[in-house]
Amino acid sequence: MTGKKRFILFLEVIGITIGIVFFFPFYIMLINSFKTKPQIFQNTLNLPGGLEWSNYVKAFERLEFLQAFANSMFITVGSILLLILFASMAGWKLVRTKSTLSSVIFFMFVSAILIPFQSVMLPLITLMGKIGFLNRLGLIFMYLGFGSSLSLFLYHGFVKSVPKELDEAAIIDGCSEFQLFRKVIFPILNPITLTVIILLTIWIWNDYLLPSLVINKEGMQTIPLQMFFFFGEYTKQWHLALAGLTLAIIPVIIFYFAAQKYIIRGVTQGAIK
Amino acid sequence: MIYAGGLPIGEGPSALFRGVAMPGSIKRRLLFWAFVGPLVFAFFVVVVIPFLWGIYYSFTEWNGIVRSQVEWVGLQNYIDLFDDEQFIYSFWFTVRFAVVSVILINGIGFALALMVTQPLRSSNALRTVFFMPNLIGGLILGFVWQFIFIQVFSALADVLNLDFLRGWLSTPETGFWGLVILMTWQMAGYTMVIYIAALQSIPGELLEAAEIDGSTLWSKTRHIIIPLVAPAFTINMFLMLSNAFKLYDQNLSLTNGGPFNSTQMLAMNIYNTAFQFDKMGYAQAKAVIFFMVVATVSIIQVRMNKRREVEY
Repeated sequence: MTGKKRFILFLEVIGITIGIVFFFPFYIMLINSFKTKPQIFQNTLNLPGGLEWSNYVKAFERLEFLQAFANSMFITVGSILLLILFASMAGWKLVRTKSTLSSVIFFMFVSAILIPFQSVMLPLITLMGKIGFLNRLGLIFMYLGFGSSLSLFLYHGFVKSVPKELDEAAIIDGCSEFQLFRKVIFPILNPITLTVIILLTIWIWNDYLLPSLVINKEGMQTIPLQMFFFFGEYTKQWHLALAGLTLAIIPVIIFYFAAQKYIIRGVTQGAIK
Repeated sequence: MIYAGGLPIGEGPSALFRGVAMPGSIKRRLLFWAFVGPLVFAFFVVVVIPFLWGIYYSFTEWNGIVRSQVEWVGLQNYIDLFDDEQFIYSFWFTVRFAVVSVILINGIGFALALMVTQPLRSSNALRTVFFMPNLIGGLILGFVWQFIFIQVFSALADVLNLDFLRGWLSTPETGFWGLVILMTWQMAGYTMVIYIAALQSIPGELLEAAEIDGSTLWSKTRHIIIPLVAPAFTINMFLMLSNAFKLYDQNLSLTNGGPFNSTQMLAMNIYNTAFQFDKMGYAQAKAVIFFMVVATVSIIQVRMNKRREVEY
């Protein structure tokens, strides 16, 4: 027994050591974001002498952080609302309709998971440019398309476990199909809806490449886009760059601590389903 | 998402349902499209049409400007690929990166999962820390690690007197390992979470029985845990492999392909061909090859792993 206890203690020490190594990038970013430019070059590893808040003030202004945050929020929330609505509707209807057409449609969505973004990127941007459907609304529409496969797949799998008798009972009670969906089906789908929200949030909030191709108007940039321009402008000005990076990471960390349980569950379900 | 090969096959509509919906099969069809239509429309416009159109473009010469001439060149773009040294270099660089990073991410992720499922006091805190990088965007993490490799590593080299820590990201080799380290750090926690779920679904009696039979920790891991975790292994391999092949954001922010395009991965090579050199048709031919490689690797990999999985 003592052998086992000693082993656990040993693991505990190893674990905490690895944990410190994993956390180190965040720590070193944070402490250096409070230093002046010369301090960073002289003492990268030490704690800062004082707190240089002006780094944050400058980074906040030059990143137009509030504007970027609002844009990221608008695009993420807008895309997710549309995806949840249309994917849950389609998922339910496809499972409940037993026909070749229904199977073929589902099979197409699932196969498309194999298509990498880079394979459709050039024609898509050309097409959208031609019809003038770019920037924030165009971007939301594109997320609806790119997120459709995964979202539909998750809803489809979940609806299969919902008993069909439920639909029938509601129809007998005189519900129309739309009422049935809104009042009976959609609430039952809540657990998978949460999973879909988590997975889509992580992806859309952090995405860089698609917005960089689609957004071409001042004041519409998301956080990753602003971060890219900002970093390019202040290369080697690490004090500002690090303050900016910290600012960009803070919302994600808040989201993580607020919803950790759901995030871990969502990520797990999204992968193993 | 990988188990979806089978199509939903079921009995016909129930008698009652048929009774309600039959009055017009037209009404039924309208309802079907009212529910399915919006998603199918977006999917076709954003994914299917561009995908098919892209295959057509790959046989043309076209500079991307909307009103410019699109000239049919047949297989010329595909033939040119074989003489494109940078493309071939990027291809093998990406393959090497995918193999090394997938092994490291899964090995470390699995080891971490084994560790935090032991009765450690720090277990929850450790899980939180290991998973955290995964939520932050690749672009931002790449910039953070640029600071670490350039500035922090050279400071560490001074303190520890280790010269190999100097000048990271300025040679092809250190650039490669920089990318591997960044991705392992970001993704190990993700695979850990999947492995934890798999470990926790192993029936406790199985492990107890093995313990009574006097099996060691190693033989328990080798003969019970690893075979039963195989499905999670399949999932993680699939996700990490396609992730590695498609990597762009981290590549852009950590090395931007440098020095001298020596760390340029496939996705970046396609992007630069299209937007720096305005060779859209040629870039699209690369994108088609890219799709075939990603799809083939994913399918083969899932097939191979599925064969090894066991049921219990």
